[in-house]
Amino acid sequence: MTGTLDACAGPGFGPVPRKEDGRFVRGRGRFVDDIALPGMLHGAVLRSPYAHARIRSVDVTAAESHPKVRAVITGETLAARGMAWMPTFSHDVAAVLATDKVRYQGQEVAFVVAEDRYAARDALALIDVDYEPLPPVVDARLALALDAPVIRDDLADRTDNHVFDWETGDPDATAALFARAAHVSECDLVYPRVHPAPLETCGTVADFDRISGKLTVHATAQAPHAHRMLYARIAGIPEHHIRIIAPDIGGGFGNKVGMYPGYLCAVVGSIMTGAPVKWVEDRSENLMSTSFARDFHMHGEIAADADGHILALRVSVLADHGAFNATAQPSKFPAGFFGVFTGSYDIAAAHCRVTGVYTNKAPGGVAYACSFRVTEAVYLVERLVDVLAHDTGRDPAELRMANLLTPDRFPFRSATGWEYDSGDYPRALRTALDTAGYAGIRAEQAARRASFEKTGKGPLTGIGMSVFTEAVGAGPRRLMDIMGLGMADGAELRVHPTGTAVLRLSCMSQGQGHETTFAQIVSHELGLPVDAVDVVQGDTDNTPFGLGTYGSRSTPVSGAAASVAARKVREQARQVAAVLLEVAADDLRWDAGPGSAEGGSFSVAGVPGVSVSLREIAMAAHGGLDLPEGVEGQLAATTVYNPPNLTFPFGAYVCVVDVDPGTGEVDVRRFVAVDDCGVRINPMIVEGQIHGGLADGVGMALMELVAFDDDGNHLSASFMDYLLPTAMECPPWELAATVTPSPHHPLGAKGVGESATVGSPPAVVNAVLDAIGVRHADMPLTPAHVWRALQGRPIRPDIAIR
Amino acid sequence: MTVNGVEHVRDVEPRLLLVHLLRDELRLTGTHWGCDTSNCGACTVWMDGLPVKSCTVLAVMADGRSVRTVEDLEGPFGLDQVQQSFMDCHGLQCGFCTPGMLMTARKLLDDNPDPTDTEIREAISGQICRCTGYRNIVAAIRHAADAEAAGRGDT
Repeated sequence: MTGTLDACAGPGFGPVPRKEDGRFVRGRGRFVDDIALPGMLHGAVLRSPYAHARIRSVDVTAAESHPKVRAVITGETLAARGMAWMPTFSHDVAAVLATDKVRYQGQEVAFVVAEDRYAARDALALIDVDYEPLPPVVDARLALALDAPVIRDDLADRTDNHVFDWETGDPDATAALFARAAHVSECDLVYPRVHPAPLETCGTVADFDRISGKLTVHATAQAPHAHRMLYARIAGIPEHHIRIIAPDIGGGFGNKVGMYPGYLCAVVGSIMTGAPVKWVEDRSENLMSTSFARDFHMHGEIAADADGHILALRVSVLADHGAFNATAQPSKFPAGFFGVFTGSYDIAAAHCRVTGVYTNKAPGGVAYACSFRVTEAVYLVERLVDVLAHDTGRDPAELRMANLLTPDRFPFRSATGWEYDSGDYPRALRTALDTAGYAGIRAEQAARRASFEKTGKGPLTGIGMSVFTEAVGAGPRRLMDIMGLGMADGAELRVHPTGTAVLRLSCMSQGQGHETTFAQIVSHELGLPVDAVDVVQGDTDNTPFGLGTYGSRSTPVSGAAASVAARKVREQARQVAAVLLEVAADDLRWDAGPGSAEGGSFSVAGVPGVSVSLREIAMAAHGGLDLPEGVEGQLAATTVYNPPNLTFPFGAYVCVVDVDPGTGEVDVRRFVAVDDCGVRINPMIVEGQIHGGLADGVGMALMELVAFDDDGNHLSASFMDYLLPTAMECPPWELAATVTPSPHHPLGAKGVGESATVGSPPAVVNAVLDAIGVRHADMPLTPAHVWRALQGRPIRPDIAIR
Repeated sequence: MTVNGVEHVRDVEPRLLLVHLLRDELRLTGTHWGCDTSNCGACTVWMDGLPVKSCTVLAVMADGRSVRTVEDLEGPFGLDQVQQSFMDCHGLQCGFCTPGMLMTARKLLDDNPDPTDTEIREAISGQICRCTGYRNIVAAIRHAADAEAAGRGDT
């Protein structure tokens, strides 16, 4: 299944300008903090200054006497409602407001509702909490020590900080291949804790109507329907009385999947006061308390024969899950999809063991465009391949080319049991190397290196690459669920009598451009203009049930649902057309046409000139036509798409950096990205998604880090400390594409939202280490880290520099 | 103070931030708030013709001054060229950083109608976009510069 970009041609597809842009460039987007309801109050959260402490008492008397304060909520208030704890996505519970102990710095302790946002903040200072500080567990590697303080003494019989053990692959077959390998390389790799940091923080406006008993929640929710069920379960409000409205979302990247205490406290605040309550976190709150990502401490081993053929991989991982196990991922996958760590290579055997531990840090774990830990898996294997190349004196491009899976192997079942749907990896890597001019840069690198050795002056040039395989579009339902909800998505399409349409979706854009892409899917299937299709999303009262947008799911799952619903409508239209034209339905041929307002048309096979357009059919379907039994007088369909498998987008990236050996400063000079996400519905939007992910990769590789000191103090709680790439750190990305359609997706499409975030960090790290000739150093490769690595003293990044 | 050409007289708390005055009291919600620390630039507006980060300007500092926000970019004859170019070049995704980027872009092109790509990148380097990787923002500002040059009949 290989193809060219022509596979993306077709009615409706192409670089259509986005429908959503008109409101955003005018400042007329409607984000959650833009909402002002009559009588609305404002909430603020009091947070723990300690990483680990027992709460002796909470005195709210002074706060309650503040003239503008309308309610103060503590853990005790919530406990009286059975809401002090909430279930997590990963078989655990998490505190909503702390009752017994605080378990990380920034944890929610109390919630104030006041007449304005300044007064709410003022009142926080009037709450008196008596803490008894406890020793914290900060270093994940010490979490299982016999004398480690037990963080989760709220759980019965808990005597340690162990969360889970999980393994995949065949340990015996792997050991056998390692035993006969000519060469084994091993490496410790830290994928440090980072944060998705969408530019809009998380927030909500909760509005409980005491008369109807109806709760309306306007919230930054990537998964509105899953949230509705959570509110029902946690707050005890019947699900049919809950409406979740996700307005425009200012970036999500996984940060807005989870349920946060602030959302629930705003609900309780609205119930208590009878007024709508807005709560929007500030940047420090966002960075300190909401879903982080990664924090994987990995030990990898790679075995190869004397010719450089990779035989086997063996990995052990210590996963820091923070104080509550709240990773937002399919519930049967405690390490997410890390099991795809054999990557893009033909590897006969592999084995991996992951141990999760509690620490005194914020919960979360898979957020930040990672496709459920494929990011960590790709980083592991792409770094190990470079370490193998380093240790055996091979060129990393040649080593990869010799080990990549070839197109004839697809569908391919990996050593850890994943069935890759389609791929042509050598073509992607060849395209990337050719686009970059690999041989020329290697020659330039050698000249720079020679000059450095003669003069001691830089810069040093480095070339890094990665060939990644993504795994996106969860489910199927039988394997993948979130809190018992199978991972599928719904779509509902209605063609109006005058031939325009409305498509209702269960997924929710956070900037991906669903209003445009999904209208294009309907346009493709029905021949209607893109502008004739309105897309409704993010409102549980007006959309079908489904699991939402994260893990690059939207196009693979909801996109397929939209396509299937549109095809159902087309078949209804065929039945109506058969009555209109007085022929058998089977004799009608569909033609999508040029995308005019008439839509596509059915014509009678072999009878030129006899046809009827979708617009004519739509009017007729709602008119006085005598329709046969079983044909409804409408053009409308609904579907639930349960994907048969994940889709496996892939790509090859080449990064070129210049490193100043005197300062350790890295300049990402070029970045070539060849992505294959199957058929591209809107190539402009696809490329935009890739651009954003590449910036994420540069950020994680070079700048981004959530660090802690020995006391568990969060050292990255503002954008002055948590560094994000600006236009100065990002090169003008050079993109190229190959197209290998997915054989099981109705449109041949695969997800792409996270490909570049997954694929780019190892390419950048490999490039920097290639420049400085160092075997391994951990991210983020800040100037200080690079300089120390050059001195032969690399820094451990995840704890504070002493 | 004057906001987008309209005079406003308000009694405000001394500590009220300009961004909150604009958003919460004048309901000009196109100006966004993103970080509190002047790092992200989502709150960028003009004060007396200069871009400022309104999350670190007190409302009282705008006393007697003229403030311009994204809502003022569109004129009676349509969108400002930078707005149109951001749309044409896919220079935005979630739209949260966009108003601030537009205000900086407009100022850059007013001062320097033909900036290099490096000058464009420097101009927006005090602003963060988490979605676009900046490439299409740079392209959009370049596009706007070219379109305005063509409109002036520059060669």
